[in-house]
Amino acid sequence: MLIFVCIKQVPGVAEVKIDPKTNTLVREGIPSIVNPHDKHAIELGLTIKEQHGGDVIAISMGPPQAEQALREALSMGVDKAYLLSDRAFAGADTLATSHTLSLAIKKILKESKVKNDYIVICGTQAIDGDTAQVGPELAEELNIPQITYVLKFELKEKNTVVVERAFRSEEVVIIETKLPVLISVLKEINKPRFPGAKGIVDAYEKKKVIYLNSEDLGADKAELGLNGSMTEVWKIFVPIRKGSHVILNGTIEEMIQDLCSYLKDDKIL
Amino acid sequence: MSIIIDSELCTGCGSCVANCPYGGIEVIENVAVIKEECTLCGSCVEACPVDAIILEKEEYIDKVDKSQYKGVWVIAEHYKGEIHKVAYQLLGKGRELADILNVKLTIVVLGDKFDNIIEQFGDYGADEVIYVKSAILKDYYSDLYVNTLTGLIKQHKPEIILIGATATGRDFAPRVAKRLNAGLTADCTGLEIENETGNLMQTRPTFGGNIMATIRTPTSRPQMATVRPGIFKIDKSRKRKLKVIKIEKAYKQEDSVAKIIKIIDKKKQKINLEEADIIVSGGRGVGSKENFKIIEELAKVLGAELGGSRVTIELNWLEPDRQVGQTGKTVAPKLYIACGISGAIQHLVGMENSEIIIAINRDPNAPIFNVAHYGIVGDLHKVVPILIEQIKKVKSEED
Repeated sequence: MLIFVCIKQVPGVAEVKIDPKTNTLVREGIPSIVNPHDKHAIELGLTIKEQHGGDVIAISMGPPQAEQALREALSMGVDKAYLLSDRAFAGADTLATSHTLSLAIKKILKESKVKNDYIVICGTQAIDGDTAQVGPELAEELNIPQITYVLKFELKEKNTVVVERAFRSEEVVIIETKLPVLISVLKEINKPRFPGAKGIVDAYEKKKVIYLNSEDLGADKAELGLNGSMTEVWKIFVPIRKGSHVILNGTIEEMIQDLCSYLKDDKIL
Repeated sequence: MSIIIDSELCTGCGSCVANCPYGGIEVIENVAVIKEECTLCGSCVEACPVDAIILEKEEYIDKVDKSQYKGVWVIAEHYKGEIHKVAYQLLGKGRELADILNVKLTIVVLGDKFDNIIEQFGDYGADEVIYVKSAILKDYYSDLYVNTLTGLIKQHKPEIILIGATATGRDFAPRVAKRLNAGLTADCTGLEIENETGNLMQTRPTFGGNIMATIRTPTSRPQMATVRPGIFKIDKSRKRKLKVIKIEKAYKQEDSVAKIIKIIDKKKQKINLEEADIIVSGGRGVGSKENFKIIEELAKVLGAELGGSRVTIELNWLEPDRQVGQTGKTVAPKLYIACGISGAIQHLVGMENSEIIIAINRDPNAPIFNVAHYGIVGDLHKVVPILIEQIKKVKSEED
């Protein structure tokens, strides 16, 4: 069985702040990280391998520096890593990204002579773009079923997959389907392992990150990167915050009296 | 498309470097240089004070005959026999867009036993409802939704399709988009029509809300967008005469690759932040789970729902369903009280549309005061108890 895990390197965006004086992003000291959801996808891939055997293959599309993210995946225990890197991939929206990823998966399946005995695992969304679109679009490219927002995963006999999917805040749905399948996981599914010393050494000394460009993938350049994208970013801007700010004065008691009278005027109280 | 730097104009000021989210630009010997990390996102173009950076776009050549696509669609979803309210919100916005484009507004429902409910969509601005009726569609089947919707879209060719950004909408929308090769923009907070081209200008937060991006699909149709619940308002002022198109389908369980084994109602206390009139939220400044009691009490005297910033959920002070912000709920209550919340951008994007915002924080420079209507600079542990007493007093005077 082949267990594909799609990962993305992202800026540690939760830490990104705006410099209030210059209104620009403060980037200094912000590391690039493996997208947090994707670490849970890697963990699930490794767990499936431990229970059922198979090879765990990490795939990422990005600039050469994204190799670092794949090395991290290798150090957690992933068997093989592929970096899809080419200037032709730049500017891709989710449609072009999922197409590029699908070409790599199809190529690996063909080379491994695997037809149906595989699973693709993605994190639900990346913290930079937050679209949650690449997973379902990749499933469509591969023409396999998808289950998104997965909380629990179980592989049973005869390639039967049973998952729990989050459905609204108060419900989960238990769904059964068969391999091959693409699932996108939520953070609640597991706790990603930390790479051990041996894992880290192996990731750099024994394992390789295999680079694939558009030619290796046999891609049509019209379907890659910006050319293959239907959407374009027209404009990017820093949001202007509104609000008529009344900072209240006086002792706490006075401030609260004022506040309550304002709220009465506003018909809140 | 590529990014070009005019080395004559470039002053080497580094504004572009500071604004690039990917570290894709660098100043070498006083001139900006594009690096491999560049994703052509365009942040540097906006940031350059001397217009030395140009994003060179290829000429626009239409990928489809756009003139064939007409009309605005809203795809409704439902739960326990009720239409999700985001559908009504999208009808409000959809009506506005349809009026500008001078086209009709259609709502699509896949389900069962909605024969009476669908009649009311005209009150919310819809010109037409397409109701695909099948007993099995009372539940959500990913592939049945995708197959049915792509069929309808190919047949009717709407130019705009709006979908709620819920666990359901975000499951089928990308797959439909891929099958149709249509542009899809996730989690939009603003939708407008571009003059002349009729393009849908889709604005959404990105990088955890630090940056807003306006996205369009200039050369293709349909244009698809998902929108979070709570962003747009329901509008019942523009009633329309409704045309009903009913399509009966005899779908069976076997028609889906997936089988729903069980739906588990977690039956926990229902937290409904999105529909609350008043929300009292706490942040890191509350200090501990124990200290949250005072925030809870304030919520209680106001009849409010309790919320929190991301850190309060991470520290396990509150249940995950109470999180307000980019990765939590987007809310717009009549009154939002932020106690000990500094106002990280990720929080602000989730609550800044509230009608009245009160901020209580020790730090006078906290960004929360930039969106607050009333600010109290002070220690919440002293302020909140007095506020509770005063509210009790005001309320008893009313009785």
